[in-house]
Amino acid sequence: MATPVVDNPGALGLPHPVPPRRRAPRTSLKVRNALVGWTFVLPNFAGFAVLTLIPVLLLFYYSLTSWNIFGNADWVGLENYQRLVGDRSFHIALGNTFYYAAFHIPLTIAASLGLALLLNQKLRGAAFFRTVAFFPYVTSIVAVAVVWNMLFSPEFGPINQFIGMFVGGELPGWTVSKDWAMPAVIIVGTWRYMGYYMLLFLAGLQTVPTELHEAARIDGAGVWQRFWNVTLPCLRPTMFLVTVMVTIESFKVFDLILVMTEGGPGQATLVLSQYIWQKGFEQFELGYASSVAVVLFLICIGVTVVQFLYNKRRDA
Amino acid sequence: MAARPTALRKTGRVLLYLAMIVAAAGILLPFVWMVISSLKTNNQVFTAPIEWIPDPFRWRNYVDIWIKGDMVTWVRNTMTVSVVVTLLQVVTGSFAAYGFAKTRFPGRDALFLLYIGTIAVPWASYMIPQFQMLSSWGLANTLYSIMLLQAFGAFGVFLMKQYYESIPDSLCEAARIDGLSEYGIWWRIMLPLSVPALASLTIITFVTTWNDYLGPLIYLRDRELWTIQLGLQRFVGDYNAEHALIMTGSVLSVLPIAIVFLLGQRYFVQGIATTGVKG
Repeated sequence: MATPVVDNPGALGLPHPVPPRRRAPRTSLKVRNALVGWTFVLPNFAGFAVLTLIPVLLLFYYSLTSWNIFGNADWVGLENYQRLVGDRSFHIALGNTFYYAAFHIPLTIAASLGLALLLNQKLRGAAFFRTVAFFPYVTSIVAVAVVWNMLFSPEFGPINQFIGMFVGGELPGWTVSKDWAMPAVIIVGTWRYMGYYMLLFLAGLQTVPTELHEAARIDGAGVWQRFWNVTLPCLRPTMFLVTVMVTIESFKVFDLILVMTEGGPGQATLVLSQYIWQKGFEQFELGYASSVAVVLFLICIGVTVVQFLYNKRRDA
Repeated sequence: MAARPTALRKTGRVLLYLAMIVAAAGILLPFVWMVISSLKTNNQVFTAPIEWIPDPFRWRNYVDIWIKGDMVTWVRNTMTVSVVVTLLQVVTGSFAAYGFAKTRFPGRDALFLLYIGTIAVPWASYMIPQFQMLSSWGLANTLYSIMLLQAFGAFGVFLMKQYYESIPDSLCEAARIDGLSEYGIWWRIMLPLSVPALASLTIITFVTTWNDYLGPLIYLRDRELWTIQLGLQRFVGDYNAEHALIMTGSVLSVLPIAIVFLLGQRYFVQGIATTGVKG
């Protein structure tokens, strides 16, 4: 009992004296583990860094230069951004991007949730229906756009023939009319993507406890009340995920517009992505195009961050 | 009196079926119209009222398209790119996912966050610097550019990581005690266990690459390098009055993907559901 501290220091709440020799292999093991971890990540990360991260960083630099077809990337500071303020085409592109998003987001969420609820009723043929609803998403945008453009053809297109059976008078000109081109694009965008989000909602619906529905039914809640007070609150995580994804997808709309309308007629469907493309690859004003790209980048990141913060506050 | 609720439920069911059938018909209509039109002559495509059954069936369109368009070249290029991209994505993606899910190193979580963050970044915003970079390396106007563009996406890493995290760590521990290296664990334990996730990633990557239009549009100038999407779009430009033939080309561009999708649909759906679990 004379020297208990030396025999068992831990028992008295004292730290074990660590022998200095043991330390060296431990750190080297840690380093080794870290190296092993890095070797796993590296092949993919190298490609990811070179092809995505570096271009994103370069973008900010380019947006501050007068880089054009002649290749001189002179530093011009915020000149490109000052030009954006007065650029009418940029304003139109910005407005159209928000126009598309304002309709595409709610329509797609409503349609995909509706389809998912329908599929969740365990009807016969549901598996086939799921395939059908998802099919537009896997088909190529070019084929899709070509077909829809023909369907939308103002004079003999099937869509106007169908509408003409019910309404008289002047029918929408769709992709060749300034007022109707954007609605046409929104319809196709919603048709194409709703199957994808339907799958996410369907996965979310599997997590809604059936007991809750039963309890609500016994309490006399109708279909609508059960949807509003049981299903929707339980779907909140999925709803959040879908909202974030649809929002990003809306703001980056590009190929759909390019193959359907090329931004026309006039600038009726010109969106930000396409304006970047026009300025950069058609007019070779690469510096200026980069400043437009920075705006698009900031919108997408900004909207995502806001949505995350909002979701966090509601959780709290 | 007691019959009322059941009768009500029955009408409800009927209405649900009706809704399902109407929705399915509406969603499929463009495809139906595409196939029908591909078997018509140009004059028959736009008629009032619509001719739902072509008379006669013009199968010749499916011969003509191979002559008028460079279909063979396009399909070959698209196939090459899709296969290479899928291989790269699956191998490097699952390899990196193991690093993120089962090993520890400083900065691991921050790095992963960086991957996830780029999902919110539109390609259009950084396509100019990327194009500039690849051009300066002499890769513009080659198929390599398209392969590089698609092969290292965040999606594959994300999907595989989600799956690996569902495999218990104790399994890896046991293998470590048995003397297997980390690479051995990945190769002998994780890969065989993650076949469903690998199948999901394979099919999703293949379809995405096959359908990509923007990459080829910006990078591929020479005719002999075009992919099927680019070829089809240019074909529409060159023969814009050949409505029937354009539809034939569209059917042919969709057909391989339709087959792949129908065969591997289960994995496709699972893959998307997996990425949606957590967000």
